[in-house]
Amino acid sequence: MVADAKQRTGWVVLRRLPPESSARAIVVTLLVCMLSSALIATAVNVLRPYQERNRAQQRARHIEEVIASVPGLADVLGSLAEARVETRLVDLASGSYAAEADANGFDSRGAARDPDTSLVLPPERDLAGIGRRAHHAAVFLVYEDGRLRLLVLPVYGAGYVSTLYGYLALDPDLQTVRGLSFYEHGETPGLGSEIENPRWREQWSGKRLRDPTGKLRIGVARGRVSAGDPYAAYEVDGISGATRTGTGVTKLLHFWLGSDGFGPYLAQLEQKRGAL
Amino acid sequence: MTALPQSPLRTLLDPLVRDNPVTLQVLGVCSALAVTRSMATAIVMSVSVTMVLMGASVAISAIRHEVPRSVRLIIEITIIASLVIVVDQVLQAFFWELSRELSVFVGLIITNCVILGRAESFAMHQPAGRSLLDALGNGLGYSWILLLIGGSRELLGSGKLLGYAVLPLIENGGWFEPLALMLRPPSAFFLIGLLIWGLRSAHLARARASESAGVSPIPSAAGDVA
Repeated sequence: MVADAKQRTGWVVLRRLPPESSARAIVVTLLVCMLSSALIATAVNVLRPYQERNRAQQRARHIEEVIASVPGLADVLGSLAEARVETRLVDLASGSYAAEADANGFDSRGAARDPDTSLVLPPERDLAGIGRRAHHAAVFLVYEDGRLRLLVLPVYGAGYVSTLYGYLALDPDLQTVRGLSFYEHGETPGLGSEIENPRWREQWSGKRLRDPTGKLRIGVARGRVSAGDPYAAYEVDGISGATRTGTGVTKLLHFWLGSDGFGPYLAQLEQKRGAL
Repeated sequence: MTALPQSPLRTLLDPLVRDNPVTLQVLGVCSALAVTRSMATAIVMSVSVTMVLMGASVAISAIRHEVPRSVRLIIEITIIASLVIVVDQVLQAFFWELSRELSVFVGLIITNCVILGRAESFAMHQPAGRSLLDALGNGLGYSWILLLIGGSRELLGSGKLLGYAVLPLIENGGWFEPLALMLRPPSAFFLIGLLIWGLRSAHLARARASESAGVSPIPSAAGDVA
């Protein structure tokens, strides 16, 4: 072994050096560094397969958590014997799928920070208040018997004091919300944090995204929504004491469903659906 | 402290109580505060620190005659850091969940003053076998404090030990009201403070004697809580 030989010659040289000389200091330090590097390199290489397996399991669990966090989705999946979840990476600008291999390991937050993989949003287009948007986003498609049952889109944006991260689940008609859940935020406990409240969340199910003219109407109302309201089909109750969190939710939905978000992708899906 | 080695048994047993690294030398307090929210993380941290401590002490002791004084700290830190990286890799491979929970604190074992403290004050001057005993003793002394605090915090904070329910909670029809404070960082301060107070009072005479003699147990003690 090369390292062995070096070590032996190093040893002979070392023994001849005076105890406090600079030469000895350099030789000893180099030797220790070489041995340490060899130790670390061995450990990293031997253990890598185990770590890779752990990471793969972690990703699988994350997808399961996503599905569990969408209200009703777990029930739908539970009742579907043949349900299958697919993760795809969407190129947001064109609306088509990007290289499929990366979808599971896609680091959406890293991509949104990196200037190479994200785009700066001018303030007038940045409804969600996120500054930069990654070029790609990982979406989940839930199939039953080969037919799309649910489309799950990652959405995020500024709330009142924090960034809200969540998933929006759409029915296959791409016009009806099946669920909206936020899995991470730092809103005021008891006020803005009510976006986590299951009773508030379940109101989203069945809401329509657009009015008949095609304008985005989905959002959080100011105050309560009664059945007779003109926007009752699109809006959920506002959370009292958390108006700005609600506004944030509305804005981030409009951003992600708009032309800078999943707009082009949804349009493509719509076309394919029409062609069928 | 390093002048005359006592009997091997004393080298092993002294750091458990009489010269405990956490309560008497006040070393390694930073990690004792950070990772003691639950028993499981405290166990992993204790084992990791003890392993690194033993490995580093033996390695440093073995090469102590070859190392010039001028570069000894660099050498010591290089060895400690390498061992910590190996331990971190092992945890990531076999204890994935716990290693995620401990996150940055595994890497911070490098800065745990118990390890550098023992390397500087013991392993640099004593033969390898004795250094191993000293490392094991200090590792165990550090561990039992960590486990005691981790155990009390988990038990009083959530009524569980190692994730198993021990005290029946009120919300589940039992009698125990969990102390939310125990799950927050300040509780570790209180517990460690009480422990230091208790153990120091028990050894008051000894502590006083060494203080009046002007012997600071370990020179790096002041810079630890980081």
